[in-house]
Amino acid sequence: MKLLLRNISLPLADFVLEVNVELASQVTAIVGPSGAGKTSLLDLIAGLRRPRSALIQLEERVLTDTACGLFLPPRSREIGYVPQDLALFPHLPVRKNLLYGCKTSLPRGSLFSYEHVVAVLEIERLAGRSVTELSGGEKRRVALARALLTSPRLLLLDEPLAGLDAALKARIIPYLARVRDEFQVPMLYVSHDRQEVQALCDEVVELERGQVRSQANQKA
Amino acid sequence: MSQEWQIVWFTAWVSALSTVLILPAGLAAAWLLARHDWPGKSLAETLVTLPLVMPPVATGLILLKALGRRGVLGGFFHDTLHLDIAFTWRAVLAAQAVMSFPLLVRSARTAFAEVNPRFEQIARTLGAGEWQVFFSITVPLAWRGIIGGMILAFARALGEFGATIMVAGNIPGKTATLSLSIYESVQLGQDAAAFRLLGISVALAFVAVWSGEWLMRRRRGLYETPP
Repeated sequence: MKLLLRNISLPLADFVLEVNVELASQVTAIVGPSGAGKTSLLDLIAGLRRPRSALIQLEERVLTDTACGLFLPPRSREIGYVPQDLALFPHLPVRKNLLYGCKTSLPRGSLFSYEHVVAVLEIERLAGRSVTELSGGEKRRVALARALLTSPRLLLLDEPLAGLDAALKARIIPYLARVRDEFQVPMLYVSHDRQEVQALCDEVVELERGQVRSQANQKA
Repeated sequence: MSQEWQIVWFTAWVSALSTVLILPAGLAAAWLLARHDWPGKSLAETLVTLPLVMPPVATGLILLKALGRRGVLGGFFHDTLHLDIAFTWRAVLAAQAVMSFPLLVRSARTAFAEVNPRFEQIARTLGAGEWQVFFSITVPLAWRGIIGGMILAFARALGEFGATIMVAGNIPGKTATLSLSIYESVQLGQDAAAFRLLGISVALAFVAVWSGEWLMRRRRGLYETPP
């Protein structure tokens, strides 16, 4: 993966988010204290916020370039986003949540087909249930599957295990590892948890008050 | 059909039609006010609310001037479509629509504002366009407030008096509504007829509000986990 984040500038409440990095690892962790600008950075990459200035490029595709007024809308970016609150649609059953962004043109046996994604995440039996009936771990797997079913070119995961106890986290981490290995989708993974970062990520970018404090390859 | 039932039927269908007709514009206005900041927004908010706080008779006078044959809109309809509006059933419809519009907008606006924008944002990342987001996420999640606004608008239309009498008059068989007929019956000393119409008004309003509550309870049951 090559994700260019150049000259990013986004005024936030107490500081300006200013990022200038190039990410090349399969899974990059974004770490830092609460309020450091991690979620805002993901929102910028997903196209949910407009920066004051930025060049955001995924592989050869420019997503945002304020210098020439280019801003691809979120629906055209092919980026899957699992936000911290998961944002599962409460009025739709699990199956409709999963199919919301599913590409129906995909053949049955393909990597991102419905059957394959729900099998990898072991959520087949949840399809008929209401999202309000799911446990914390099930909700996370459904949100992850929903994002994967759009065949994304990049996955943004914003503290996907926040609020879970250690035992449940330990049960969910292998699913995330399976997603990483099976689908080979590059990921940006926001987390506070060293255990998650060590288990899943190749590279770590540390943010503090909107500035990149460090960038290190942890598999080196 | 007796004259009283004709009045009830006329009032009910014109009120229902006015509620349906204001729905698209009401939802659009509510969504624009709830989800966007734009120049002139506070002016638009004031204009939308104005019929709620102005004397209905004053609103009726404005409508009469606009919808009469010499008015801007009335003249246009008369000259191009050969349709008269003032002192016809269409004037009743217009008066009810204008008077009930603010109630629909205010209720739907609150409902839209309460929908977590994160749901809409994530729907966009899943490939949905703006119309799909609106109809598949925003409206279903704001459904209770929209239904509540429609009930309020319908009930307001049922009871409309001041603006209607100015722009439509009280013409038996043409523009006479429940409220106008109750007033006329009392003026003529026909208390029995007035009380019959009063009873029907109460029953109609009760059925409207009760069915709305029932619908909303059903909808709530679909969204929420039983304890």
